[in-house]
Amino acid sequence: MLFPREQIRNFSIIAHIDHGKSTLADRILELTESVPKREMSAQLLDNMELEKERGITIKARAVSLIYKAEDGKKYIFNLIDTPGHVDFNYEVSRALAACEGAVLVVDASQGIEAQTLANTYLAIEAGLEIVPVINKIDLPGADPERVKNEIEDVIGLSADEVPLISAKTGFNVKTVLERIVSDVPPPNGDLEKPLKALIFDSYYDSYKGVIIYVRIKDGRVKMGDTIRLMATGAEFVVVECGFLHATNLERKDELIAGEVGYIAASIKSIGDARVGDTVTNAQNPAKEPLPGYRTVNPVVFCGVYPVDGAKYGDLRDALEKLQLNDAALIFEPETSIALGFGFRCGFLGLLHMEIIQERLEREYNLEIITTAPSVIYKITKNDGEVVYIDNPTNYPEPSLIQKSEEPVANVHIYVPADYVGNVMELCQERRGTFKDMKYLDKDRVDIQYTLPLNEIVYDFFDKLKSKTRGYASFDYEVIGYAESELVKLDILLNGEIVDALSFIVHREKAYLRARKMAEKLKEKIPRQLFEVPIQACIGAKVIARETVKAMRKDVLAKCYGGDITRKKKLLEKQKEGKKRMRQIGTVEVPQDAFMSILKLDD
Amino acid sequence: MHPIGLYIHVPFCERKCPYCNFYSTTKITDEIVDRYTNIACNTLIKYKEKMELSFDTVYFGGGTPSLLGNKNLIKIVKTIKDNFDLFESEVTLEINPTTLPIVNLKQLREEGFNRLSIGVQSAIDRELKILGRQYSKKDIENTIKLAKTAGFKNISLDLMLAIPEQSIESLKESINFFISQDIQHISAYLLKLEKGTPFYKNKSKLKLKNEDEEAEMYLFLVSELANNGVKQYEISNFALNGYESRHNLKYWKCGDYLGIGPSAHSFIDGKRFYYQRSLQKFLSGELHFIYDGNGGTIEEYIMLRLRLSEGINNKLFKQRFGINIPQIYFEKAKKFQKYGLTIVNESSIKLTTKGFLVSNELISRILL
Repeated sequence: MLFPREQIRNFSIIAHIDHGKSTLADRILELTESVPKREMSAQLLDNMELEKERGITIKARAVSLIYKAEDGKKYIFNLIDTPGHVDFNYEVSRALAACEGAVLVVDASQGIEAQTLANTYLAIEAGLEIVPVINKIDLPGADPERVKNEIEDVIGLSADEVPLISAKTGFNVKTVLERIVSDVPPPNGDLEKPLKALIFDSYYDSYKGVIIYVRIKDGRVKMGDTIRLMATGAEFVVVECGFLHATNLERKDELIAGEVGYIAASIKSIGDARVGDTVTNAQNPAKEPLPGYRTVNPVVFCGVYPVDGAKYGDLRDALEKLQLNDAALIFEPETSIALGFGFRCGFLGLLHMEIIQERLEREYNLEIITTAPSVIYKITKNDGEVVYIDNPTNYPEPSLIQKSEEPVANVHIYVPADYVGNVMELCQERRGTFKDMKYLDKDRVDIQYTLPLNEIVYDFFDKLKSKTRGYASFDYEVIGYAESELVKLDILLNGEIVDALSFIVHREKAYLRARKMAEKLKEKIPRQLFEVPIQACIGAKVIARETVKAMRKDVLAKCYGGDITRKKKLLEKQKEGKKRMRQIGTVEVPQDAFMSILKLDD
Repeated sequence: MHPIGLYIHVPFCERKCPYCNFYSTTKITDEIVDRYTNIACNTLIKYKEKMELSFDTVYFGGGTPSLLGNKNLIKIVKTIKDNFDLFESEVTLEINPTTLPIVNLKQLREEGFNRLSIGVQSAIDRELKILGRQYSKKDIENTIKLAKTAGFKNISLDLMLAIPEQSIESLKESINFFISQDIQHISAYLLKLEKGTPFYKNKSKLKLKNEDEEAEMYLFLVSELANNGVKQYEISNFALNGYESRHNLKYWKCGDYLGIGPSAHSFIDGKRFYYQRSLQKFLSGELHFIYDGNGGTIEEYIMLRLRLSEGINNKLFKQRFGINIPQIYFEKAKKFQKYGLTIVNESSIKLTTKGFLVSNELISRILL
């Protein structure tokens, strides 16, 4: 069936984590009868086990639905699901750029949270029509009136006729669909102009290669066309194109301006089809690509090592597989004296890092050890050379450094007014610069700070949660580099540097971190047969020291009646234990102790 | 076959000491004791029928072997003498100091017992009370006097270290007492909390010594005994020259021994096996061993022999295994020399006293 453009609606759903975005998407799928009931499992658009469990969408996804509206006409709804986390802001912005409207879901009891606003601003920037809805009104704590006021005061949208819904029960969801029909404008675009299609997502299919999800802005594309991806310049022949349905792809002869669909063109690597890139026709190319494309660069790095050194190859395979669908994940081989062979991995942010770590462990059954996360430092050497350092091991000698800079982020923290003191205290402690504070309503506040990114990656969110009893939500955006007094801190055990424990830290924080680290090591390293000095050093200067005293005695009990069995069992146990030991120079540390040392939480 | 050791485990006690988890029962009747004796004797005879055996050491341990009484002890010794060659054997009986003697030591001496191991533990009455021992320092003196009068010229005393409330001073007092008794052998152990014992359950209430105090006591003991000519020959054992326990040395030298009685362990012809901890099963008369695999491997030999002051050396190793001690063990042991834990030269490895204190860990570091 061919739909006139007036009957197409391209929209996203945006929300803070847990406000009900995916549940609403599922209800919409049901109401449009896109999926047979029996195939419905909760939160269909969140495919990954991890997504379902964490209640967040990690990758964008899209689906075309047919909705019979009350005006009697049928509409094609292209619902583009967006990742719900700040680490994936760029992906969100590209998904939004493919739409004309956005349904903004706000929890009726929690109100506006950090990502509600962050995502709303992205939608406004993209020029979208915003359809606010208040969800979870069936819950006991629901206070729709207060939330309406927040929407009006904070976002500046009229909230008079905001649908009050329960995505869980399906209550009033139909109103949302009608609102999409009435409020979201149909797409525009020129069929006669050269092809311009926005890539907002892609995934790797082992038979068809990379499948790209596109929104056709101008022109048309059909099988056999040679397309050019404008950022990379790579050209491919279209093998297939069509619409995206909830459970299948529907082949079409062509996709035209205003439509959302997929293109398969034997693209080998996901790196060739970057999100945000513009697809054009190689024979009749557009002059300018669509605005907003940028390459996504990782901002957080850590070393990832297999617990069992023999699994190095498996780890590499797993990372390669994950990378097929995640162009933002980068990795390169790295070796550590303490940890053996592993990879230095780069991530979009902390959540992205956690997700990859969890997927490696769960989907690929790998036991991994990760080193403390690092950010990218910008170091200007005396000779004027600028180097970017994401691994403490590569940090230049202090005498060679003229200037050191670290990434800083703009941070919004939404918190009940009672906790403002705690939050400010934490931000001050983390070298933050206060920017602004706004009342969202009489007892909720948006606190804005500039914080060094390395303070954020170092357990900031955990601390924030504990200082606000879990009420704070937070959002950050890296805004650039700022000059900083950085030092590299090395940890020595028995006189030898443990490379995996080195980190870069602000000079003022060095003493405290060094002391904590030394204390933690002292606590975690079991007594050895000899005394083990622990030293934390900046260059050759020792700034903290502890000693693990030598073991003085172990059991000297009566070995009776030739009971050698007991001794043998002990030796067997020691053999088993040995397997779980990490050798750090001359010091043996149990695996789990070493992991908890690396975790750096205090 | 060359003579081996014989261990008889006598699983009877008047009462359980709150720190001890060796196998014993306090439910004793004359009938059970007689039955036990008969089974022990029958078992020995069964062995005689099965294989050619001779013993050069016999050790009655427990439990409290003296609870068998003269009649039964003599019956077992006679059975051994009648069925096996016992020429010049070391025959040890464990006894406890008591107010009233329960055995006639003179008669036992005449029947072939020639060594006594007395479970003294401490010469301080307060410490004995904490350990739940039912005798005093005076009783100890009397018991030793009786033993000597009975003709025993090879007497060993047990000494316990790290008793709650024990101090270096009180330990010194016990050591001085031991030395003054003019005995030939001392076994010294650190108190160990065994699971399932009353001490273990109440460990938070006991004033236990810490690791450093325990180590100090041990080192103090070793040096005090050495000053008095009582030489350490094994982690826990000290003796005047020529009075080392031949029976116990079999354990550490990876020699063969047969154990009879519930929970008794055996090592014969490269096989290790032991009786379950059940008097009932023993009294059923069936041999119900639990096999514990092959013994006498290189690893086991090193593990056991490093407990001896003489350690391991190429000469003896070659006699047994036909090769020198593998080089890897020398290398590993050498690493600990600078910390004063081992003494390594080109042909032997020994642990120092400090090394003995951490021997479990140290030996595993050398072996693994």
